[in-house]
Amino acid sequence: MIPVTFRERSTGELGTQKVVNIGKATRRKTIDRINASAAYPPMEAMRDRAREIRLHTLANLSEYLAQFADSVERAGGNVFFASDADEANRYVSRLAEDRGVRSIVKSKSMVTEEIELNHHLESRGLDVVETDLGEFIIQISGDRPAHIISPVMHKNRYEIAELFVKELDMEYSDDPVVLNAAARRHLRSIFLGADMGISGVNFGVADTGTITTVTNEGNARLTTTAPRIHVAIMGMERLVPNAGDLTVMLEVLGRSGTGQALTVYTNLMTGPRASDEQDGPDELHVVILDNGRSRALSSSSAEILACIRCGACLNVCPVFREAGGHAYGSVYPGPIGAVLTPALFGHDEWGDLPFASSLCGACKDACPIRIDIPSLLLEQRAESMNHRGGEFAWLKPGMAAYRRIATNPVLWRGFLAAGGVFGKASGDWVTRLPFHAGNWTSTRDLPAPAAQSFHSWWKEHRG
Amino acid sequence: MVVQLFVTCLVDGFAPQVGRAAVAVLEANGQTVEFAVDQTCCGQPALNAGMRDDARAMAAHTIAVLDATDGPIVVPSGSCAEMMIHRYPDLLSSGPEASAAKRVAHRVRELTQFLVDDLGIDVEARGTGTVTVHKSCHGLRGLGIETEIETLVDGVDGVERCEMDEADECCGFGGLFSIELPEVSSAILDTKLDNVIASGAGTVVGGDISCLMHIGGGLHRRGSDIETRHVVELLVDET
Repeated sequence: MIPVTFRERSTGELGTQKVVNIGKATRRKTIDRINASAAYPPMEAMRDRAREIRLHTLANLSEYLAQFADSVERAGGNVFFASDADEANRYVSRLAEDRGVRSIVKSKSMVTEEIELNHHLESRGLDVVETDLGEFIIQISGDRPAHIISPVMHKNRYEIAELFVKELDMEYSDDPVVLNAAARRHLRSIFLGADMGISGVNFGVADTGTITTVTNEGNARLTTTAPRIHVAIMGMERLVPNAGDLTVMLEVLGRSGTGQALTVYTNLMTGPRASDEQDGPDELHVVILDNGRSRALSSSSAEILACIRCGACLNVCPVFREAGGHAYGSVYPGPIGAVLTPALFGHDEWGDLPFASSLCGACKDACPIRIDIPSLLLEQRAESMNHRGGEFAWLKPGMAAYRRIATNPVLWRGFLAAGGVFGKASGDWVTRLPFHAGNWTSTRDLPAPAAQSFHSWWKEHRG
Repeated sequence: MVVQLFVTCLVDGFAPQVGRAAVAVLEANGQTVEFAVDQTCCGQPALNAGMRDDARAMAAHTIAVLDATDGPIVVPSGSCAEMMIHRYPDLLSSGPEASAAKRVAHRVRELTQFLVDDLGIDVEARGTGTVTVHKSCHGLRGLGIETEIETLVDGVDGVERCEMDEADECCGFGGLFSIELPEVSSAILDTKLDNVIASGAGTVVGGDISCLMHIGGGLHRRGSDIETRHVVELLVDET
């Protein structure tokens, strides 16, 4: 049976080689981010500006979406608004079938993971090949991304070397340069034979209809220019008003995501190939996806849509570092995923994710957009409690009882006195507690309650 | 100056020596300490558990008790102080308690910030042994308590401070998080304990008894004799 709760999934991940790899990589990436930010004096001001731009865009999203769609069409592209995953997937597969497409290449796109586009296309008999090295490794190993920026963060190079021996018919080498070259050779001919390229969109520029992709491999450029049809799939919130605003986003995205001043490739594409241009697709289709975003936008967690998917919050999160990305069960893991997933897809299935946080606040500090993720986690928790039962059904009556005590000073002092009696009987440490409190003593001792509370001491000495 | 001590539920029930030490240090530095005996819990457990109505009721009680008093409200916990400063005004943004919530929030000071930043005290305590500092999350990131605890430790004669790797990383407590997801909470704690032990210190100090109970409980389960103490306990000789 597939585990269904964060607790079940995470318990299976703890201590595995996967999370050891993630623990190392997230710490390395955090240092890279801090160093890259420190080396760029305007970084803090850029973060403020980036936040303003994102919040302004969200506050005026319908206007900017209309402007973006007009701009794409004016540049010769087609726009399709998909209300959910199914509509988006069917648009792409119908297009492929209409145009006689046989082979599809993809560059890295979390939104296509969100809608499970590969699965859909393959079910229609279409060949889809991931061309981002990390996503390629995920695809040939039948795995799932564990991180939104570094999908194979959970695998080390020795594991990838073994995989390539099996899947690419090569001699063992754990040299990253050799492994990279092998993937490159394998993918090159596939690129040249592909009829359709599918990409995500890091940012859509509303006033020009420009699609921006940010990568460190040449694959996105090939994916979007070599095949005759380019399909770009974009979450509907991923807009900036204009090119000036885009530059602000690029300043913070690379530094926050990978510790780079600028990623190796920043592709700006406006429309399909024009008659006087040499490269580019004959057709451009932009699929703008809602899939729960309108609902999230009208909720108390709308700010989460300001996220630019840099992954910095995952890298600093103690829960993510120990449990890894797969523990979340969602394509969006980590602090951002713990808010975004239930906000997009509902609390019946995902209501436990907002609780997968110690609320340490490291995510808020790391976020280039300064999204107040801890406050949004609290919003989502409050929402979840309307849907929550099961293992933690005891919390509601338990908290109601505590509230009754904590709002009545007489009961409170009685509560403290009872704790003192228990403490006296327990010695210094409590090593075993019953019921749910046993979740504490399964791994930790509990200092016994003090024989005399502060209240009682004050009354005796100062009262 | 008259100061109000809001002692917090955990100090009240589990670590009253922290409250007594706070009284002693505040009085030694010229403060008149008052303690509103109707105080209970700030309500953070309920807020963090997603139970806003319960949190609001406890916050309203605390606000009513403290709004009837005068002077800075000194809290020996970065986490509870952060709740009162940053969450109370949002939690009670409408209704009759809204203005009182703002007044109380404005008066709250975390203990080490009050001692170091507001009073600028000279530490006169003596001690022995080695100490390392755990920087609790809400104090550090919520209130900007970056150096106050170290300043106090460094003022204690005879105590040597050891650096700890990842001193500013969470210990995995997180309130009910430690009960709801005990496996992940314990995994985070294990990383913290490894760093504590590697620091070579004989005592871990911090500004939040909640984190220190978690770290101390983990150390005790491991059979370690490293102690945990709130930093204010280092500032007095309790006899």
